[in-house]
Amino acid sequence: MFIIHCPFCGEREQSEFKSGGEAHIVRPRQPTELSDDEWAEYLFMRKNIKGIQFERWNHAHGCRKWFNMVRDTSNDEIKAVYKMGEKPPIK
Amino acid sequence: MTKNLRVKTGKAIDETYRISFKFNGTTYYGFKGDTLSSALLANDVHLVGRSFKYHRPRGIMTAGSEEPNAIVQLHDNSSRTEPNVRATEVEIYEGLEASSQNCWPSVKFDIGGINNFLSPLLPAGFYYKTFMWPASFWEKYEYFIRRSAGLGKSPKEKDPDVYEHKYIHCDVLVIGSGISGIMSAKTAAKNGFKTLLVEEKPNLGGSTIYQNSDFFKINNQNSSSWLEKELNEIKKLGNLEIKTRTSVAAFHGYNFLLARENFTDHLPIEQRSNKTRQKLLKIRAKKVITATGSIERPMIFDNNDRPGILLSSAIKKYADFFGVASGEENILFTNNDSAYETAISLIQKGIKIKAIIDNREYVDSKLHYEVEKNNIKIFKGYTITDTFGYKRINKISIKQLSKDGQKVVGSKINLSCDCLGVSGGWTPAVHLFTQSGGKLKFREEDQVFIPNIYPSDQLSVGSCNGDFTLEEILKNTSKSLKEFLNIENTEYENLEILSSFNKSKRNIWLLPSDKVFGKTKSFVDYQNDATAKDIKLALREGFRSIEHVKRYTTTGMGTDQGKLGNMHALGIISETAGAKMGELGTTTFRPPYTPLTFGTIVGRNVGEFFDIFRKTPIHNWHVKNKAEFENVGQWKRAWYYPKKNENMHQAVQRESKAARESAGILDASTLGKIDIQGTDASEFLNRVYTNAWSKLAIGKCRYGLMLNEDGMVYDDGVTTRLDENHYIMTTTTGGAANVMAKLEDYLQTEWPELDVYLTSVTDHFATVSICGPSSKKIVSEVIPDLNFSDESFPHMSFKNAKIGKINCRVMRISFTGEHSYEINVQANYGKSVWEKCMEVGKDYNITPYGTETMHLLRAEKGFIIVGQDTDATMTPIDLQMDWIVSKKKYDFIGKRSLYRSDTIKEDRKQLVGLITDNPNEILEEGAQIVADINKSPIEMLGHVTSSYYSPNLKKSIALGVVRGGKNMMGQKLIVPMEKKNINVTVADPVFLDKENKRLNA
Repeated sequence: MFIIHCPFCGEREQSEFKSGGEAHIVRPRQPTELSDDEWAEYLFMRKNIKGIQFERWNHAHGCRKWFNMVRDTSNDEIKAVYKMGEKPPIK
Repeated sequence: MTKNLRVKTGKAIDETYRISFKFNGTTYYGFKGDTLSSALLANDVHLVGRSFKYHRPRGIMTAGSEEPNAIVQLHDNSSRTEPNVRATEVEIYEGLEASSQNCWPSVKFDIGGINNFLSPLLPAGFYYKTFMWPASFWEKYEYFIRRSAGLGKSPKEKDPDVYEHKYIHCDVLVIGSGISGIMSAKTAAKNGFKTLLVEEKPNLGGSTIYQNSDFFKINNQNSSSWLEKELNEIKKLGNLEIKTRTSVAAFHGYNFLLARENFTDHLPIEQRSNKTRQKLLKIRAKKVITATGSIERPMIFDNNDRPGILLSSAIKKYADFFGVASGEENILFTNNDSAYETAISLIQKGIKIKAIIDNREYVDSKLHYEVEKNNIKIFKGYTITDTFGYKRINKISIKQLSKDGQKVVGSKINLSCDCLGVSGGWTPAVHLFTQSGGKLKFREEDQVFIPNIYPSDQLSVGSCNGDFTLEEILKNTSKSLKEFLNIENTEYENLEILSSFNKSKRNIWLLPSDKVFGKTKSFVDYQNDATAKDIKLALREGFRSIEHVKRYTTTGMGTDQGKLGNMHALGIISETAGAKMGELGTTTFRPPYTPLTFGTIVGRNVGEFFDIFRKTPIHNWHVKNKAEFENVGQWKRAWYYPKKNENMHQAVQRESKAARESAGILDASTLGKIDIQGTDASEFLNRVYTNAWSKLAIGKCRYGLMLNEDGMVYDDGVTTRLDENHYIMTTTTGGAANVMAKLEDYLQTEWPELDVYLTSVTDHFATVSICGPSSKKIVSEVIPDLNFSDESFPHMSFKNAKIGKINCRVMRISFTGEHSYEINVQANYGKSVWEKCMEVGKDYNITPYGTETMHLLRAEKGFIIVGQDTDATMTPIDLQMDWIVSKKKYDFIGKRSLYRSDTIKEDRKQLVGLITDNPNEILEEGAQIVADINKSPIEMLGHVTSSYYSPNLKKSIALGVVRGGKNMMGQKLIVPMEKKNINVTVADPVFLDKENKRLNA
């Protein structure tokens, strides 16, 4: 059970949040221009990294805001959180 | 007459308070402060159970939660019965009844004991190997295997006790109240940390509290008296909370821990009512100090499992703490100094020690000289090769160890005894540390795994950190605390310490024997009967990973989770496979550390609180009018309203007829409602629904279908344009929360440029839906000020109105195919509006109907229910709903997926109507649909998704999905059932009023 620092509310229990999978996958602006393969890449392909992973979280039972998190999936250490649209603070 | 083995007063015992209890039907006596095991030993009862596989007689082995053998059933055949309880942890009380498990007909004569003689036929993996074929027989084998391997009986009656959950937040949590735990708690509390100290036993002080020999002194007091003083001091500290009988079950990441606090298990049954039995504590600590101590290791030699063989530390505790002699003729067997500590305690209590067998050839410690002084024979460099006695040990054989410790040499010596204490050194209890994600390292010199890398703000102190001598414990704990708590000093820095424990040890994981290896039974895991031979067999058969060997041999898989034997299993693997211990690693320690009751886990979430449910504002009316309810998501929805003796079918037939012939009324309050506002609201709807929204006029309603990005139908519902930049969207009952979350997700992450605001208003409105030919007359009377003429108020439109002073939104929309209105009012007026409609509708045979009738009515019209007629594999094209998919819109969620190579296939499953040849035959929902029953295997074409008997059409109707069904109109198919094949014809899914005449009637 993590303690997550919501960029809008501060530290809260993990039970208030919902995980939303890999971050920084942008929905194509012109889907009709894409081939089946290119669309499938957006739709289905995820990295599922062991180690530093960029992921989306939603403070579902709080402010309802989406934000991004950098988490080491091997030991669950949260390296950083940042708002949607912001650049990741670490690489 | 049983023997009385009570010696000089034990520290924990109140000899003025006698307690009677029953074990296996016999009445015994003990004293207040006794555990079940100490009281049994005082009565000379060692045989308490049978082992799991071979049904070998087993006795009490330990004095703590690591006990593998003495597991008992409490209060058999009562509502409070509990299986798998460790006798070493049960505090006795007047009226306690306990019995042995895993034996029949009795522990003294157990038929399963025959397995012991059949053991050559029962090697590791026996069950896997033997009962593999024929595979279909497994179910039959399993029944008998499970019966013969019973681990107690679960209660058959409702649990009469109450359990609770509690959240605790603290600065410092200290787990364990041995000497290092007490030092930690006191230091933390005194330095201003809000501290919680938890201890699994009923009393504080760990093993030091009964360490009252002259060989262990702090500031010239024996360590017991010194600690006693500390205990008195910490009880006065303001910001320290102490919880005894509280066992930490789990240590999760980010210092989140679960503990069980026990309140009534030590009380006589009649004193337990109106009290909470156990509490599950959910602890979030800023810092955690683990002081969980260590567990003494047994030793692995032939027949090392007989009743009367105990850990040497347990014998010491029974003598010092409970005042009980575990035997009258004791022998100790050791590879380190611990057995000498035990010996000194026994000498003090006047308990006879016959001999000490020590693996070590040279012993040079004060403890050893003290024992020698008392004329106790010490066999140095010897090992036990065998033991004798079926229900109680009565003799051992010993031989000299070779220099390398791999063989035994010389001649055999036999020694009689009635109790054997073994001491194989100590294993730090690192279970909680590793649960939290901590990484261990292996210390070669004394062969222990100790904490290495901490995953959170935590510290291990005392013997769980590998500090075994009094001096190490005091000095290292003090030093670590300073750093961990970031404080200048502790009060333990200048203590004068006398510690006589010598750390020398001769570690041999599997002791040699004079027998052929295969002929010995050297138990590694006592509870699961895994022997050294089994482990070697697993290695011979190619298993290398410790995790695989564990599962193949079941080592460490009992209720004790291998607290005693896991290290030996590792050691034997390491020696046999030639791998280093540190490289092998340990098996994963998983929660709970000791078993939890189901009651503790569920707490107050029982009965109607098991899962929360939501009620509509009209709920009480449904209850009063005897509705049956259906769970839809978290909602309780009225299912049907049986009159007199009607069954569901009869009630639904009556309700459906009334809805089409006069008037029906439905509580639709559970539908999800999302208020959408902003200058880009229309554009937003264009992007989330498949159809076009820009041209929807104010005051009009439109049905929309929402897809996932993969093109599959996600939700549907009617959305109404209330104003230029204001819509109200309805969603399915079950999908409301997910739709809201999904829309928020797109708004915040993909389209932050849109000026749109979403608010969930599901609970804010009550919705009364009235349908049928008389619906217009009824709503006209309920809302006389509103013009309900078709010209003014056509189908799919909306008006604001008032019922008296109550504002309401009226929509003319229909899910039944009938002329129909929905009245939305502020939730707290819902019931009165409903009642008003019922009152007015009396003259028109207004009939309340539930979800079942609603489903039937919409099926007659071929309207889908998302989630019933669809699953996550249906596109709108599959549903034959091409009409709702805009060809003009450039993009909407899921559009691109509708022409992926897979979604454009002709032979996808498609929604069709199904008519049975026999109009009275009702199909079963979920039944398979096939074309050819002679082909083998039969090709499945699809399945029935909805099926009803339609009272309005007077025939059976059904919806189903069929591969390529769109092009199969009129084709005959078969629904094969267990006893017959039902012939069906593929039909249009709209069965009634294809021209929509009724909507406008």
